Amino acid sequence: MMAFYFSRLVEIFPFFLKGLWMTTKVAFLSLIICTLIGFILGMIRSGNNRILKWIIGTYVAFARGTPFVVQIFIVFFIFPEWGLQLEAFPAALLAMAIMGSAFICEIVASGINAIPKGQWESASSSGLTKLQQLRLVILPQSMKVIVPPLVGQYVLLIKDTSVVSVIGVMELTRVGWVTVVRIPEGLMVFALVGILYFSISYPLILLSNYLEQRMAL
Amino acid sequence: MLANFNFRIIFEYLPLFLNGLKFTFLISLVALALALVTGIIACACRISGLKFLKYPVIAYIEVIRSTPLLVQIYFLYFGLPTLGIRVPEIQTGIIALMLNSGAYIAEIIRAGISSVDQGQIEAGQSSGLNYFQRMRFIILPQALGVTVPPLLGQAIVLVKDTALLSLISVMELTRSGQTMTSERFMPSEAFLTVAFFYMCIYFCLKALADWSQKKLIFREAY
Repeated sequence: MMAFYFSRLVEIFPFFLKGLWMTTKVAFLSLIICTLIGFILGMIRSGNNRILKWIIGTYVAFARGTPFVVQIFIVFFIFPEWGLQLEAFPAALLAMAIMGSAFICEIVASGINAIPKGQWESASSSGLTKLQQLRLVILPQSMKVIVPPLVGQYVLLIKDTSVVSVIGVMELTRVGWVTVVRIPEGLMVFALVGILYFSISYPLILLSNYLEQRMAL
Repeated sequence: MLANFNFRIIFEYLPLFLNGLKFTFLISLVALALALVTGIIACACRISGLKFLKYPVIAYIEVIRSTPLLVQIYFLYFGLPTLGIRVPEIQTGIIALMLNSGAYIAEIIRAGISSVDQGQIEAGQSSGLNYFQRMRFIILPQALGVTVPPLLGQAIVLVKDTALLSLISVMELTRSGQTMTSERFMPSEAFLTVAFFYMCIYFCLKALADWSQKKLIFREAY
């Protein structure tokens, strides 16, 4: 029986590759969006504006304090009530952006805060504007602190894309879920799904370990 | 936006939410305890230097870290019955959470142990202490303090991860939100209440984690 199911699984393997492609698409797009928003928010959060800091702090607490599934349900089921009706794919991207940018914001803010105050002072006494100080002096130095945890966060975000299967995005986990109904070999189906996830995230884990060692020097 | 937010319906469904909260709490607690045991054993195997213990544990940790928790849950949920093992969903969920968090905890403990200065170990050796004595009297007392804040961080992650068990129909907090939505179709009331409860747990654990971190910094200042 097992051999039979295995050959069935080989037959529908292209279906899995499609799922892998969808996972890659969701992950890639949301990582770009998260990084952009996360960096902007992180820079504001490490700044001096109290009100903006408080608003971002509340947002970060919400995004980090509630499970991602609940956030997806909020985006997919509640946002329509507030007038924002989205298809599954954009809703998944939006939920990923909300969650991921909060985590990246924290990484960026703590990276910027790790730079000694003297650097700001000497940059401002060189006559640079606030934005120039940040872009030319502070950020290049804090990248050393930011990049290793950022890559680690990317791995977590890629894995979190599996949760968007709950609103019906046909990505890898969803493909496994649909397949297991027809081929009742749970171990085999989800081992295959696991291997495909492994093939994306393990290289990134190795990269993150490597960066951590290199930046520590 | 929330003009017709209905608080009455929330109070009507409060017993359901509290029941869900109770299960989220219990599942987290049991899974965390089991994960701690798993993590300690895995870490002990990893640093033991015995190859037949070390490499399987490394494989376990890397596999867990590079696959999503949801896939691990489904793997056990759909996979155990094909092996002829039939357990209730809640136990499947706890096993999945235990294996998942155990791998992360093993790494946290290992980082704590390797944070102890090499000179300390040498000092222990030259005092004539054997391996277990060095572990017991020199390394662990120093390492454990360092691991507390990241362990509490992992506890926060674990509580949020229990929400995924709602997808294999365990009656926890997120599931009670889903139940209410399907009965009344009031997703705002349901999921914002759920989010509120999770935020409460998060703030408590976060305060604890920050406090332990501050204690640690305070101690290191001396």
